[in-house]
Amino acid sequence: MRWNELGKFLIIALAIIGGFCVYIQPLSNSIKQGLDLQGGTHVVLQAVDTPEMKVDDDAVNRSVKIIERRVNELGLTEPVIQRQGKDRIIVELPGVKDPEKAIAMLGRTAMLHFQDQYGNVVLSGSDLKDARAQISQGNQAVVGLEFNSVGADKFADLTAKNIGKQIAIVLDGEVLTAPVVQEAITGGRAQISGSRSIEDAERLAILLRSGSLPVKIEILENRTVGPTLGQDSKDKSIKAFGIGIAGVFIFMILFYRLSGIVADIALLLYVMLLLLAMRYLGATLTLPGIAGIILSIGMAVDANVLIFERFKEEIRRGRTLRSAMDAGFSRAFVTIFDSNVTTLMAAAILFYLGTGPIKGFAVTLALGVVLSMFTAITVTKYMLRFLIYSNFTKNPWIFGVAAPKAESAKEVSK
Amino acid sequence: MFSIVKNWKLFFAITVTFLVVGLGSILFRGFNLGIDFTGGGIMDLSFNRAVTVSEVRDVLKEHNLGNSIIQLENVDGEQSSKGVLIRTGVIEETQRREVMTDLKNKLGDFQIQRVEQVGATIGGELITQAVMAIVLSWVLMIAYITMRFEFKFALAAIIALIVDVLVTLSYFSLLHMEIDSSFVAALLTVVGYSINGTIVIFDRIREALKTHRRNESLGDMVDNCIWSTMTRTCYTVGTSLFAVVSIFLWGGETIHNFSFAMLVGFSSGAYTSVFLAGPLWLMLRGKLNA
Repeated sequence: MRWNELGKFLIIALAIIGGFCVYIQPLSNSIKQGLDLQGGTHVVLQAVDTPEMKVDDDAVNRSVKIIERRVNELGLTEPVIQRQGKDRIIVELPGVKDPEKAIAMLGRTAMLHFQDQYGNVVLSGSDLKDARAQISQGNQAVVGLEFNSVGADKFADLTAKNIGKQIAIVLDGEVLTAPVVQEAITGGRAQISGSRSIEDAERLAILLRSGSLPVKIEILENRTVGPTLGQDSKDKSIKAFGIGIAGVFIFMILFYRLSGIVADIALLLYVMLLLLAMRYLGATLTLPGIAGIILSIGMAVDANVLIFERFKEEIRRGRTLRSAMDAGFSRAFVTIFDSNVTTLMAAAILFYLGTGPIKGFAVTLALGVVLSMFTAITVTKYMLRFLIYSNFTKNPWIFGVAAPKAESAKEVSK
Repeated sequence: MFSIVKNWKLFFAITVTFLVVGLGSILFRGFNLGIDFTGGGIMDLSFNRAVTVSEVRDVLKEHNLGNSIIQLENVDGEQSSKGVLIRTGVIEETQRREVMTDLKNKLGDFQIQRVEQVGATIGGELITQAVMAIVLSWVLMIAYITMRFEFKFALAAIIALIVDVLVTLSYFSLLHMEIDSSFVAALLTVVGYSINGTIVIFDRIREALKTHRRNESLGDMVDNCIWSTMTRTCYTVGTSLFAVVSIFLWGGETIHNFSFAMLVGFSSGAYTSVFLAGPLWLMLRGKLNA
């Protein structure tokens, strides 16, 4: 009996189990969750040609900037605004409270005009310096406008010429308010009344602040998951995850005994490394991604099954525990490598062609394959080696191998 | 020991039967393509009070959406429910918003569980993308297996994979289950996973070929290789299926079809790896006796 080797095994095993118990919860909570788990909205916008304005690269880039400003004003944590291809923009709004209103805001052109009573446009949105939602003296929600110097002059001119007449403030062709001018306004400030609530006024102010879109934007795709469904999916997937993993763990112990326990400990390390890698890479955990993790655990187990089966074969051929284990690992490695490379190929294709949750699934699957090769082969190997070299038993049964004699007797009886 | 190679006709026949039924269904029944492919809208709402299908339909009719599919959730013989799932054809975002405002005004407030709205163009792109992805995966795998083994192994493995994909598609056509974009991910996972089983057996054959003696027929050798990896096949398929079944049973509605596709694909993958891939390889080498 070599206590030294056994001690090494015990230290590694306890470190992994202890680390798992302590860190698994905070670690899994620290990973960014996809919209399908935390609720939120995924929108695909498309810039479309109109007779007045054709879509070009510059227009799409400017649109992205403007939409970015609008989204940032919503005060969400980690929204995503991304240009996709020639003329599309992807917007993700995690945990957005009123998705309907937010979506409606994204694609609005928000072209602001001040018109005289004959419909002549005197001022536009580009003459604005700022716009803020306010409560007016009459306790109404209004949007307070502040013009830049050019705008202030134009506005003074407009009001001076139209005393006693009606002017109109128009947004995207819709009249917001049409007051009658009482006197010339020279201070460079104005108010838009007519908002139903302070929230409405706030949204209008955001639109005006962020500027108008240079091209027409249409909503091509919208996927919204409410917070209740997101939570429900999360709870259920955690349950399925627990049951699936527990089954795999019990199975390994039943069939491979001590080797199975070692493989299970390596699996614990694997799950931690996977979560750590996802966190480090900023990967998003999605619902299909959780399925990907469960699946990759199945594949990690496959590597161990391949190794242990080879190990058994070598024992039956009469090898000692030590040499059978070394042979098992080195022979199974080629098989595991070849089969995992093919799985990686599928994951790579998914990554390049997929979007959103599917991409998340591909990342999880690919990371899983690579990391599981490390834990299922390297980590298991060293732990088993320490155990076997500690000489605490020579009985192959402990390692999940039926005694050679019984096995050969079966062969004869066939 | 039961010879898989000598009974190849039986296994080929089982495969062909499955494929004929499946392809027949695909041709005549077609697929239940979800809005990811066809375009359209889904509104999954939970109202504050229980509503009936006809109430919802009346509101939809006013927007010319009377032919939408309306499903109530958790109804046990009840005529009304708080949870309502509405499926419409391709509609504009503005129209959908009007419908939802109208629903709120007429039937009371609701919480949004899920809203999905996909334009028709995106759907068409997705089909092209999906087919490209699957075919690309086959091409890459043929290249890799040819490099590591030889071309006939690659061909046999890919034929087995094509069968797996077709069988999965067949089930979805036969059971009329909805196919969405995550189905493509499931199919690719099936491809990536099922190839493993075949590779493990071919790896044995590759190894056995080195020590192969003349007095043993190639068929017997393949049989030996399949049987010597049988424990591994059973254990691995067993644990993976257990994991997939647990996602299928407890993972919730959202991921139901996704896990079902993997369930069918993995089962088919296990079958084709064990019973089809080996004999196919022999056939390609011209060593399969009639």
